[in-house]
Amino acid sequence: MEEVKEQVISLPRLGQPAPSFEAVTTQGTIKLEDYKGSWLVLFSHPADFTPVCTTEFIAFAKIYPELQKRGVELLGLSVDSVSSHIAWARNVEEKTKVKIPFPIIADLNKEVSTAYGMIHPGQSKTETVRCVFIIDDKQVIRTILYYPLTTGRNMDEIVRIIDALQTTDANGVATPANWRPGDKVVVPSPNTQEGAEERLKEGYECVDWYLCQKKLK
Amino acid sequence: MACISPDGKPTESGAKMLRALKAKAGSAEEVAQKARLPIFRVRSGLRDLEQAGLASPKGDKYELTAKGDKLADSLPA
Repeated sequence: MEEVKEQVISLPRLGQPAPSFEAVTTQGTIKLEDYKGSWLVLFSHPADFTPVCTTEFIAFAKIYPELQKRGVELLGLSVDSVSSHIAWARNVEEKTKVKIPFPIIADLNKEVSTAYGMIHPGQSKTETVRCVFIIDDKQVIRTILYYPLTTGRNMDEIVRIIDALQTTDANGVATPANWRPGDKVVVPSPNTQEGAEERLKEGYECVDWYLCQKKLK
Repeated sequence: MACISPDGKPTESGAKMLRALKAKAGSAEEVAQKARLPIFRVRSGLRDLEQAGLASPKGDKYELTAKGDKLADSLPA
């Protein structure tokens, strides 16, 4: 009787180190470690030369300068060859005048997409779904977004999340729903009764002791 | 290799790194700053240059080999 062995791979989770990789890309062989000190948005798309992916790549290229101002790099991925990626990027530039300035992983052996849980057989057994992994400058996963094959991603939200995470890191605060840079931030809740009583005297704008906000200077 | 074409000629980013290293041996961060390239491109490119025998690590810095120095000299200014 033939023995079937299944390897169980645990998927990345927030707060854990990003799975390391060495991958062939449109800009040479790149290791995850090459990005140490920079933030990284690693994103997958289902396939080259497909309509929704093309709109997304144009949109990613357009937010790239804003991301660079924040110390963030972009790295795309799909289960296509480097030649296909190059041909597609050249076609996008020729037809839309938008240059794709970031590298794209050619994950033909699905090593990176498997390590990051980018293939969801309920959607497609061969293509990666639309994943976004926001990895910080210490190579820790800070955000994971999954979108279905039919829904293009929202670039504003990706930039907003990075602004929120970097604001949290710099100031030790949280950010409320629909927060944008310049809006009030949430002061972490006190975790003692004494702290709760003092919180209301600290000059913050409070709904109650557990929900206080302030403007950042 | 992203820095060196199959015909042995440096690509645009490879030439920038060779020029930066010709001016002064440096760490990946220093080369990135001098060559105005993203740090990931430089770390990946330095591996390529090392593999091609054009640069070698010395502590945390990289310097050109004799072969790399000769190639850097042949680059247009």
